[in-house]
Amino acid sequence: MIDKLRDDVLETMSIIPSGASVAIGGFGLTGVPAMLCDALCQLDRRDLHVVSNNAGIDPTGVGRLVHEGRLRKFTGSFPSNPEFLPLLHSGQVELELVPQGTLAERLRAAGAGVRAFYTPTSAGTDLATGNYPSRYDRDGHVVEWMSPKDVRVIDGQACVLEFALATDFALVKSTRADRLGNAAFRLASRNFNVPAAMAGRVTVCEAQTIVDAGDIDPDSVHLPGIFVQYVVQSKDRRLADPVVPVA
Amino acid sequence: MSIDGRIGWSREELATRAAMDVPDGSYVNLGIGIPMLIASHLPSDREVWFHTENGVLGLGGAPSPDEVDPDMQNAGKEYAKIVLGAASFDSALSFAIVRGGHLDIAVLGAMQVSPSGDLANWSVPGRTPGVGGAMDLVTGTKQVWVLMDHTDRDGRTKLVDHCTLPLTGLRCVTRVYTTLGVFDIAGSYFDCRELAPGVHTQTVTELTGADVAFGHLR
Repeated sequence: MIDKLRDDVLETMSIIPSGASVAIGGFGLTGVPAMLCDALCQLDRRDLHVVSNNAGIDPTGVGRLVHEGRLRKFTGSFPSNPEFLPLLHSGQVELELVPQGTLAERLRAAGAGVRAFYTPTSAGTDLATGNYPSRYDRDGHVVEWMSPKDVRVIDGQACVLEFALATDFALVKSTRADRLGNAAFRLASRNFNVPAAMAGRVTVCEAQTIVDAGDIDPDSVHLPGIFVQYVVQSKDRRLADPVVPVA
Repeated sequence: MSIDGRIGWSREELATRAAMDVPDGSYVNLGIGIPMLIASHLPSDREVWFHTENGVLGLGGAPSPDEVDPDMQNAGKEYAKIVLGAASFDSALSFAIVRGGHLDIAVLGAMQVSPSGDLANWSVPGRTPGVGGAMDLVTGTKQVWVLMDHTDRDGRTKLVDHCTLPLTGLRCVTRVYTTLGVFDIAGSYFDCRELAPGVHTQTVTELTGADVAFGHLR
């Protein structure tokens, strides 16, 4: 019988070693697996390659990992966390800046078995030509630039080659999940959680509410359980179905 | 000439002016800042659907404190409401909507725009890096409008012959609304369609770093 539910968060998360690449869902303050990020800190994991849209906007989730200096590399679209810049400019963390839609598609592609794809996004910009710093030394001098991307004109439109972005692990946060790993998300909390779960070779889902198999209507499963290996109960005990404010 | 309203439109007036041009039945993505103001200045006879790249079609306004839903934020990471009939989806599908050419209009802020439609709005050397969804929005959307101050804080023009700041996209902007007027992208010059009240053509010519034509002036 498949049972992906785990009671002990730290024991579950101990499978993630220092140095691992980890895709982390969430956008702003919605759908952030904050408890799983806390576990990485409690387990003193370091040198992580974090793949996430934001680098955190407060000291929770990815923000805590940044605050505690646990990243060797950040891949994402919007590392606007003020604590991130000093780490970047002193050579403590490497940056791979990726347009948001390209990031989502690279993660999705990894889970979908698509090795690479051409997209017009970023064609002709510094992110495509490699004229953008990715690493600094401790004195703030650029020591490495982003790799230039292959360009191909398709139907008259310049497109850049983007590679699938698979990660060792993924951490996601769902509104509901069952023992099979089926997960459902409310409103804007789905965001990067689905593509991140697809990209991770092993995905841990922090569920706000754990429900019986079958309680999530099959037509309402946003993330099929086959993409999830472990489910843990979130400490976030908000109601799963609050009233949705309209207009 | 700056946004504090010495001459030309104020921020609110600029948003109101652009809102008039949003057709009924449009699907629109509004960037952070002045573009966001369009949502609250639409004429009452328009049904317009707002897309937010973090995964909702049918974005509503700001909630009162007791209406805050922890699962609903806009792309500016502020809590937001939804409208009746809204749809939610993941980021990959959200950017399929963006890149796939399904949105009618993207409205963005900018640092520089050129007459060929090149846009610079994502990077200033020395500032915190971040590109977000801007590069995706400008490549996929049918019309890209820019809403901005005509000049920057130091009085330098933002309508330039060639962008000197890092580009967000090439030949992507279709129309520019500045505090001084409305401009169409014409390739080698800005085609001024309308002047803000009290603004003269000479002022626009002086404060624009590229050729401006006034032949289509309303």
